[in-house]
Amino acid sequence: MVSSLWERKRVVIFLLLAPALVLIFGLLLYPLGYSFYVSLFDLNLTRPGTRPFVGLGNYLEALVNRQFWSSVSKTVYFAGLTVSVEILVGLAIALLLRQKFYGRGFVRGIVILPWALPTVVNGIMWKWIYNANFGLLNALLFKTGLIDKYQVWLGDAWRALHFVMLANIWKETPVGVLMLLAALEVIPGELYEAASVDGATVWQRFRYITLPLLKPMIFILFIIKTVWAIREFDLIYIVTRGGPAGGTMVLSYLAYLNSFKFFRMSYGSAIAYLIVGIALLLGIPYLLGFRQPREEGV
Amino acid sequence: MTKILLYIAVLVLVAVVLSPYLWLFISSISTKADLTKVPLSFFPPKPTFESYSRLFRGGVGVTDAASQFKHAVLNSLAVALVVTFISVFVGSLAAYSLTRFRFKGRDLLNFLVIIPQLLPPIALIIPLYLIIRGLGLLDTKLALVLTYNSFVLPLVVWLMIGHFRSVPVELEEAARIDGCSRIGVLFRIILPLVSPGIAATSIFSFIIAWNEFFYALIFSSTLSSKTLSVLVEEFSSKFGEDYVLMSAGGVLASLPPVVLALVFQRYIVQGLTAGAVKG
Repeated sequence: MVSSLWERKRVVIFLLLAPALVLIFGLLLYPLGYSFYVSLFDLNLTRPGTRPFVGLGNYLEALVNRQFWSSVSKTVYFAGLTVSVEILVGLAIALLLRQKFYGRGFVRGIVILPWALPTVVNGIMWKWIYNANFGLLNALLFKTGLIDKYQVWLGDAWRALHFVMLANIWKETPVGVLMLLAALEVIPGELYEAASVDGATVWQRFRYITLPLLKPMIFILFIIKTVWAIREFDLIYIVTRGGPAGGTMVLSYLAYLNSFKFFRMSYGSAIAYLIVGIALLLGIPYLLGFRQPREEGV
Repeated sequence: MTKILLYIAVLVLVAVVLSPYLWLFISSISTKADLTKVPLSFFPPKPTFESYSRLFRGGVGVTDAASQFKHAVLNSLAVALVVTFISVFVGSLAAYSLTRFRFKGRDLLNFLVIIPQLLPPIALIIPLYLIIRGLGLLDTKLALVLTYNSFVLPLVVWLMIGHFRSVPVELEEAARIDGCSRIGVLFRIILPLVSPGIAATSIFSFIIAWNEFFYALIFSSTLSSKTLSVLVEEFSSKFGEDYVLMSAGGVLASLPPVVLALVFQRYIVQGLTAGAVKG
């Protein structure tokens, strides 16, 4: 009878899915539920034994806190500017890599390098380049006469934020390049030929053929990259630790700081939940638009 | 004229992509005196690979961080390999049933596997930390292996759904008519056909798990579980400022993912465009 049991569709589906369901429940759904539960209390690991119920108190505390809002505006600024630059530069690079030139295969190959680099290596690499005393950036700019003395690039809040953004743009642009390149490859060449015959200029061909056909991909990139930028933590931890003077204190770092430096697990969870809210709000068009195309099953 | 502009643009691109990484490599084969000289000479007069041998063999003036290097490499390797194995095995089975069968809740599950792409890691790290702490598993490789599945597994399911889709249903139907069981079809017909997809997905998972930093930063603290990512960061913060060793550590930590990505470029690009994976 064993074989007929194996033939039953429900049994097969269950056996195939069970291990994944266990892991997804245990590592994703349960923790997310648990952290919402925790966010309703005042759990502080430096005060074991007590954890008073505070309801939505932690959320309210965040929402009336100036540091939280300053963090929101830094996060939005960080995401908005890096994503815009990444997509614009990415589009330019993708168009460049569509041209015919000697060594194109090699150049297309190395574009993947920043993506493959561990975030940690990216972080220490740029921190070293920005080094105030011996960094490459200072040496290059000094040698070419653009600065007359070495600068402390990560010294003030505003500057540090922009230099972290630059490091992030370097790392994150390739994904966009590769995705845009894939979208460019499927535009039929005949469209351009027909347009040329009709006397369209290079700009017109870009404006009326390339750009409209790339729109869906640009939209997807914009959403997913914004969500990624909003959750950025690694680079900021490594290069600036949220400083100087809170200049790079984005939301993820603020949540980390409260949870793992001040051990205010509940307040940290509440901030994390607020980030999740923002990310999901932005991500919903992505979820709806980027699902695998439906296919009938048996 | 346009040709010249084109080549100038290409050169600028190559320089921007390669020079930061090249500088890390040059720093790793310099001496401390070379790097702290002002004005900088940009290339060491006498390049030396001594920093690399110090990382592996120890030697004079080796910091605490450097002596931990071998352990961290092994930890990273063990965690990334085991996570890849579990995720690819479990995820492939799930992806197959999500592709081939129609059942209640399928759409919900399809939806669930994209959510982690949108979740900020901190939202999972806080509760996972409390859970792992409660289980007494802090600072173990087991904790990393388990928790890494929270982002690798959904990615594997997502990528494998795409690969299973590319196998025509008719092949399965033919095998079923010939008397093959449902499970038999999967293991004898389908899995061999999608093996390139499995290879591609495994490479992806390995790179993502190897490169991970935030989870390891929170869940591991000593040699018993500290990964290379965490150690390399400590080179740049905790252990004085040995730029040479830090650079050598960085270059070594980046070698596996960089080499894999360059060699299996086609797979990686395919996966990136199918699922948009943050590195």
